[in-house]
Amino acid sequence: MGSNRRQFLRIAGITTLLGLGGGITLSASSYKPQSDPAQENEKRLRAGRWGMVIDMRKFPKDPEERQRVFDRIIEACHSTNNVPEGEAKPIQEVKWIWKDHFEHVFPGKENPFLAERVEQSEFLLLCNHCKNPPCVRVCPTQATYKREDGIVQMDFHRCIGCRYCMAGCPYGSRSFNFCDPGPYVKDKNPDFPVRMRGVVEKCLFCYQRLEEGKQPACVEASNGALIFGDLDDPDSHIRQVLRENYTVRRKVDLGTEPSVFYIV
Amino acid sequence: MLEKALKGSKTYWVWIIFLLAVMGAGSIFYIIQLQKGLTVTGMGRDVSWGFYIAQFTYFVGVAASAVMLVLPLYLHNQKKFEKMVTLGEFMAVAAVVICMGFVVVDLGQPQRMLNMIFHPTLNSMLFYDMIVLSGYLLLNIIIAWNNLHAEYQRRPHPHWLKPLIYLSIVWAVSIHTVTAYLIQGLPARHLWLTAIMAPRFLASAFCSGPAILIILALIAKKFTRYDPGKEAIRILAQIVTYAMVTNVFLFLCELFTAYYSNIPGHEHILTYFFTGLHGANALVGWAWVMAAAAILSLVILVPSRFRNHPDMLLVGLVLLILATWIDKGLLLIVGGFIPNPMGTITEYAPTGYELMISAMVYATGLLILTILWKVAIGVKKEIGEA
Ligand code: SF4
Ligand code: SF4
Repeated sequence: MGSNRRQFLRIAGITTLLGLGGGITLSASSYKPQSDPAQENEKRLRAGRWGMVIDMRKFPKDPEERQRVFDRIIEACHSTNNVPEGEAKPIQEVKWIWKDHFEHVFPGKENPFLAERVEQSEFLLLCNHCKNPPCVRVCPTQATYKREDGIVQMDFHRCIGCRYCMAGCPYGSRSFNFCDPGPYVKDKNPDFPVRMRGVVEKCLFCYQRLEEGKQPACVEASNGALIFGDLDDPDSHIRQVLRENYTVRRKVDLGTEPSVFYIV
Repeated sequence: MLEKALKGSKTYWVWIIFLLAVMGAGSIFYIIQLQKGLTVTGMGRDVSWGFYIAQFTYFVGVAASAVMLVLPLYLHNQKKFEKMVTLGEFMAVAAVVICMGFVVVDLGQPQRMLNMIFHPTLNSMLFYDMIVLSGYLLLNIIIAWNNLHAEYQRRPHPHWLKPLIYLSIVWAVSIHTVTAYLIQGLPARHLWLTAIMAPRFLASAFCSGPAILIILALIAKKFTRYDPGKEAIRILAQIVTYAMVTNVFLFLCELFTAYYSNIPGHEHILTYFFTGLHGANALVGWAWVMAAAAILSLVILVPSRFRNHPDMLLVGLVLLILATWIDKGLLLIVGGFIPNPMGTITEYAPTGYELMISAMVYATGLLILTILWKVAIGVKKEIGEA
């Protein structure tokens, strides 16, 4: 019986070793939990649930000028957050905030007789920081999680790169670092980490700037076209804007409850 | 008992060395992938899972080889499966190892994969999939090895295994169900968001797993003269046929729902498969080969006259494996990402890296299968079951 058990263990061992390769061996030692950056300080902006309104009326009417403003906003985000640009393979590009046409931003809401100003314009897209985020639901490691203030946060040191969250997000808001992003980050911002290869990333509502009492970089660069604030506070500016204007959100029928609103 | 794997004919050793060579060659590509990242694959931000995960889903199905023997043998006392059951269980072991291998090579940060255990996340289907797959692996190793060892010592099968065997039947259903749940609960992935995804996984598994088992058993018979029994193969072929009919029926249900309802989200991907959409048509050829192979396999397998003819059976099974492999190992996963959430199409094709690394995983599974079967058949021949 003793030899039976030994042989059994041996075969179980061989199978496991062959099957899993060396993959798991280093795991335990290389894991370092990320310290919670949300330290107490007075300047810090707080909210029950952060949200954003994208007021399309406030962007310039002229299409070219409008593009320029969009690009300025995108540039503000990407340089603040060390988002790589110009990767070798375009299908593997990383983006946090970008622009696209109405029928792609609101698929299913287009019609053949769309108002010209809507049809011809592009819109800004970013992570919606959903109230019921499917990306958080599916992540097997809680590397993506929802903070108290509604921001859907990423722990880049915990993510195993399974990309389940990318399959889960109904908005295409997530990017995977297929290669090392370092070489593609121009003018590195030393105050924010550059991610490593093999992890997923996305817009984090500039949580690090909120920490310092500043608005997100895109909001600051938008001349008031992007309104950022506390959706839970009925007296906040964003709630006032939402009260006074008709707004839409992307794919509400999926029950994700996006926190990004559009005034078309 | 394990020493049986160390004594073999020349053919056996040539085969082993061949598998080791494939593993070696593939691991060079894997090392490069580890260094450069998954950028060496054809995946991107739109099609973010590809060939690896598709092979994973297919081999979860192949692992069903065991249960289709265990169930009739232990619940319906079909003694004819006795000689084959160990082979089925060992094949399940190899299949699950292949599954795990494909998940690992798909990870961006494989050295962190134990984070799934350090931070168990009860709302993630991947967590449950990890549990059911490793459980199924263990169950099959324990059951098959101990039964075989008892036979080796010419003792009756240990009683304490009985509850584990019954558990393994239920457990087999769970691996397909949970793997289907992995994808069927995601909003906005139209191809996957269907309640019959899990039933489709089961049907596809119960035909493709035993079909591969029959073919491998026939190959083994040729090389080792170990006969798993005509009756066993005949009944198993019948089971395969019923499962394939169900599998095709469920697929047709999907077609009906999509096209009769005329809802674009449901139609798009199927149209993309069969005729191409907006000029993108990379998978059209594959889709039609799948359809043709599926229909032909049924034409051969349904009439018992053809099915009971050894050569015809072989052709039917090969067609069936081809059809189910294209369905699950190629179209199903990629199709979930087309069109992308913006309604545009990015096509996908695996790169040479993906194929070589996949070959490495396949060869690993085949090596395990060869060794386990060598031991099993060696023991069975020694005790005179052959
Ligand atoms: S938009 Fe996507 S990534 Fe952002 S919170 Fe919602 S589901 Fe998650
Ligand atoms: S890729 Fe990272 S964040 Fe996304 S689901 Fe996997 S572990 Fe979670």
